[in-house]
Amino acid sequence: MGEKKILLDNAVNLNRRAFLGKSALGVGGLALGSLLGCNFYRKEGELVVKENNAMGIKGILHAPHHSAKVKRVIYLFQSGGPSQLELFDYKPLLNERRGEDLPESIRNGQRLTGMTSGQDKFPLVGSNFGWKQYGKNGTWISDLLPYTGKIVDDLCIIKSMYTEAINHDPAVTFFQTGSQQPGRPSIGSWLSYGLGSENENLPAFTVLLSRGSGRPNGQPLYTRLWGNGFLHSLHQGVQFRAAKDPVLYLNDPKGVSKETKRTILDNLAELNEKQYKEFGDEEIQSRIAQYEMAYRMQTSVPEVMNTEDEPDYIYKMYGSDAKIPGTYAANCLLARRLAEQDVRFIQLYHMGWDQHDNLPAAIEKQAKDVDQASAALVADLKQRGMLEDTLVIWGGEFGRTNYSQGLLADTNYGRDHHPRCFTMWLAGGGVKPGIVYGETDDFGYNIVDKPVHVHDFQATLLHLLGIDHERLTYKYQGRRFRLTDVEGHLVKDILA
Amino acid sequence: MPFPLKTVTKFIGITWMPLLLAVAIVGCKDKTSEYTEIDDELAMQQLPDSVDYSFHIKPILSDRCFACHGPDKNAIEAGLSLNSAEDAYAPLGENKDRYGIVPFDVKNSEIIKRIFTEDNGILMPPPESNLVLSDYEKALLKKWVAQGAKYKTHWAFMPPQPQTVPKLPEEDWVQNDIDKFVLKKMEEKGFEPSQKATKPQLLRRTFFSLTGLPPSVEQVEQFTKDTSENAFEKVVDSLLNTVAYAEYMAADWMDVARYADTHGYQDDFERTMWPWRDWVIHAFDKNMPYDQFITYQLAGDLIPNPTKESILATGFNRNHKITAEGGVIPEEYRIEYVEDRTNTFGTAFLGMTMECARCHDHKYDPLSQKEHFQLFSFFNSIDENGLMANASEIPKPYMTITKEESQQVLDFINMNRVESKELAVMVMEEMPKPRETFILNRGVYDQPTDLVSPATPEAILPFPNELPENRLGLAQWLFQKDHPLTARVAVNRLWQKIFGKGLVESSDDFGNQGALPSHPELLDYMALKFMNEGWDIKAITKFMVLSATFQQSSAISPEMQEADPENTFLARATRIRLSAEMIRDQALQVSGLLNEEVGGPSVKPYQPEGIWEETTGGGGGTTATYVQSTGEDLYRKSLYTFWKRTVPPPSMMTFDAASRDLCTVKRQETNTPLQALVLLNDPQLIEAARALADKSVQKVGESSDAQIRYIFQSATSRPPNSEEMQVLQSFYEDAYSKTETGALVPDEYLTIGEYEATSKIESASMAALALTAHTILNLDETITKG
Repeated sequence: MGEKKILLDNAVNLNRRAFLGKSALGVGGLALGSLLGCNFYRKEGELVVKENNAMGIKGILHAPHHSAKVKRVIYLFQSGGPSQLELFDYKPLLNERRGEDLPESIRNGQRLTGMTSGQDKFPLVGSNFGWKQYGKNGTWISDLLPYTGKIVDDLCIIKSMYTEAINHDPAVTFFQTGSQQPGRPSIGSWLSYGLGSENENLPAFTVLLSRGSGRPNGQPLYTRLWGNGFLHSLHQGVQFRAAKDPVLYLNDPKGVSKETKRTILDNLAELNEKQYKEFGDEEIQSRIAQYEMAYRMQTSVPEVMNTEDEPDYIYKMYGSDAKIPGTYAANCLLARRLAEQDVRFIQLYHMGWDQHDNLPAAIEKQAKDVDQASAALVADLKQRGMLEDTLVIWGGEFGRTNYSQGLLADTNYGRDHHPRCFTMWLAGGGVKPGIVYGETDDFGYNIVDKPVHVHDFQATLLHLLGIDHERLTYKYQGRRFRLTDVEGHLVKDILA
Repeated sequence: MPFPLKTVTKFIGITWMPLLLAVAIVGCKDKTSEYTEIDDELAMQQLPDSVDYSFHIKPILSDRCFACHGPDKNAIEAGLSLNSAEDAYAPLGENKDRYGIVPFDVKNSEIIKRIFTEDNGILMPPPESNLVLSDYEKALLKKWVAQGAKYKTHWAFMPPQPQTVPKLPEEDWVQNDIDKFVLKKMEEKGFEPSQKATKPQLLRRTFFSLTGLPPSVEQVEQFTKDTSENAFEKVVDSLLNTVAYAEYMAADWMDVARYADTHGYQDDFERTMWPWRDWVIHAFDKNMPYDQFITYQLAGDLIPNPTKESILATGFNRNHKITAEGGVIPEEYRIEYVEDRTNTFGTAFLGMTMECARCHDHKYDPLSQKEHFQLFSFFNSIDENGLMANASEIPKPYMTITKEESQQVLDFINMNRVESKELAVMVMEEMPKPRETFILNRGVYDQPTDLVSPATPEAILPFPNELPENRLGLAQWLFQKDHPLTARVAVNRLWQKIFGKGLVESSDDFGNQGALPSHPELLDYMALKFMNEGWDIKAITKFMVLSATFQQSSAISPEMQEADPENTFLARATRIRLSAEMIRDQALQVSGLLNEEVGGPSVKPYQPEGIWEETTGGGGGTTATYVQSTGEDLYRKSLYTFWKRTVPPPSMMTFDAASRDLCTVKRQETNTPLQALVLLNDPQLIEAARALADKSVQKVGESSDAQIRYIFQSATSRPPNSEEMQVLQSFYEDAYSKTETGALVPDEYLTIGEYEATSKIESASMAALALTAHTILNLDETITKG
């Protein structure tokens, strides 16, 4: 009941003047209007549904805390912990000192995972792949990411990310919810709660999954990563799938035509309306409206997911995988289409970055999965003028060690989890393009300049959407919770 | 609902609704992060004559001031604590010449100066806290100080007080003492009780409230005809004696106990805890007294002469998540498990947020970090591992249960479908020598500081010397005569179950930040009754259901919708949506599909294809792939649906089931488009609609009229009126004609799910009838208790 009441209070607050002037309006009607996004309200006792209202579901914030730089976010989550040392953080010293033990002065008490804590040696290892300089500033990018190299002038690369968690479950949960232990709302849910939706036919928070070819049997995902925690379930992430049912339970039953479906809904509404007249419970009106929203989703979801009308040059940009539903490339293309529909938060998860062993062979495939399509997404948004008000994020839950996990062979090695430094990139509105932020030491082990904590990243993300991370709160069991818990500093230097 | 609404109502009555709502807005602002300026002039004139600390002042102090001036002694700013009178009246500053509060002296009370100042440098709360006091709240604080700034102990920390049942002149309506308390409050507000619910509505509500299932058409008819004086009581008694009652109570307990069939992290391997679940059903079935029910679960291994049954009950404390993620440090996770037990104990039995005192003293409640770890120490002496080695490991300690035992001492465990000779179930077992417990700096596993020994929070009730310092002692502490929380928390949750909302709305928080009781006297009366009459769950439940309060109609007039939208004052019955379990179980029940088997391993009903597979990692195990059950197992009650914690059943989650990650005593109640999609398109519902259509033919013959009437009655527990019949008849006819145009294809629509209709009617009629049933199962009324 909690948040429903907040939304209700909020609606009452918003409409207080009107409300006090016209108390017959009824609290419920107003509240529901804001709850549903279906934009209906009571007028002289009658229910009026507003058509074509661009506002969608209202958020809890009447207005942003400050002017927003972006309207929406596409978060390309690279699940498993991509190795920064093979992709973005060029460390020739590791090639020079290949096989030497990691000096204790560098490791400096860093906690190890249970997977390497038994190792008696920590042999340094550099990347097996070549590097080139790209863009105006000659930024070093691995040969594994040639397409990313070409858009480097649009990227803000942060090399100095760090986290507190060292294992997947707590680390991914930390990135997505601000807490290592499950139970809190995810970023997308916070945004839906705070800002609402700008599209009344699609959920504000959508999720797309793909499985990497680097390590097909890698780390799992958990639906709680896009869960609403203690927020209203309207804010939960809705998974869009490359399956028969693009959204769970979306398809009409077989043998039932659209026309028949419409008849069901009309009759339901009529009978529910009679019930409302008898019992006066506003929830019934809300129920009627939810069925209409569901009906609209049945059209809008397949529409947005049907990419057949995309021209060839677009498929060329995103790569041949884009024609195969459920791949990362296809999901990147879908992400752009969802962004065009003003979906607030579009979250991709690409699994398979957990290269404890056989790293060179695996990461080559894994990088190929994502390189072209990630770059294409940024370029595509740019050519449509949408990069100005969209934020694209690329990154995983932690980095990887500069030493080999297990045996260091001539051409083969692995890397364990490393929380002390890793790389992410941002692109889009409000962020300085073409910069590299933060620096790690020559061993690629410690941050030497401008560290960015996970909560700092989250605070900055919220800031770009016009939200002060300390002021978007939700009171649950007596405590005001926020995405950044009790920490988080805005990374001002990367703001345009 | 914040307090100002309630008090002010007393003074202004119902005709002043706009004003009342203005006040409500003020009171509600604490729930949002936005504090818009609101003109409170009108409201200010309505300040109560006598300002009360518990009801007016503490909610404000706790919410806006305690973070820096509250119980956490390490976070006190400027040396000022407003937590107690002694601290608040103490001199401040270098010269000790200033005072936070001087009773009766507004001018010299620093807090009053600072809340009214326009100087942002000294304003309280400081602007950077993002907290704001409304004009009304400032005026309340000022008046409180002027009246002497009297402090009181937090209401929930004082033992329940014996209550005099109110004497009222008009008592025709009253059925038992509950009604007298409720009516008194109503009269203070100028409200009147609603008329009695119709018999069908009452029966439906009672069935759902006691068994989670609807009555059958025949049961409604029988009850409607029964005019004997105790007709209703007879029904209640018979329902309380069904195993469905026990299953329904157990379903609720699964949330409290965060029960699941998997371990909950990463690859989320399967575990076998369902024998513990079968024990819970058994305990409710034989109406085990609440004190014994809890003592078994907390300390069944430590009671004198423990039995296999009492040891199995301790599985309660092993239902928490356990990790198998290779890289973790075992001790870090072992600490998490002990924390989970501690916090579950706090939420489930004390209604306190113990987790808030893990890293520092509690910000709002008088619980120190030391006390947190003292409570933690009760649960810390289990010889357990933080990390599971692989999918097949059963985390120690565990007990084994043989097939023979399941036929003798543990005959409530359903091992019919178990192939192996014995089962291993995780339980609690004390180490020979208790593990030492230390306060953990910031709550971090590898930063122990001071050694602590088992004890309970002083502010609630000190731990008596004569009790053993172990889990058994802790259970005994809970059931001390003067314990302020145990009975209140338990009875409040039962009330929430029956009435939809607790007398304390925040059933998970009885602390300073929690809601105040809407009917404090009634809460105490119920708590003492529960305690003094042997912690008898069935008896106290029956008492609630037999009240006139429970038996009111749920219709809402526009006036009452405005005057009491949340139904705090119970002048009607709350119209409650069915839970996730009830929605599915009702469909199975009315269609005749329900498999009434009790207990046993969890089953896997219809679920959209691929949702386990698309998120799974490489860990393998039985939870990588969803192997759907077949035949009768598709139709078990939702209590028996396999619960994979990282990918819980989506149709149930859509209807607000708890995720089972943590102890949950109160679910959300939402209304979303995804719910409409589930009800319209879940094969389980479509199949049930067809089975219901089929059943109607068998019950009432070939007249479509009679069939529709039967279906409607089955789903809503009442006959349709003529208007409704008209709508449904023409819907049916239209659907029939659609089978000719191809808009409804019987061969396809009638083959969703495994069930095959047996009636000998043409498929076009069956399709039209099934579609009608499908529509009726989607009615708002159908998914409501009545």
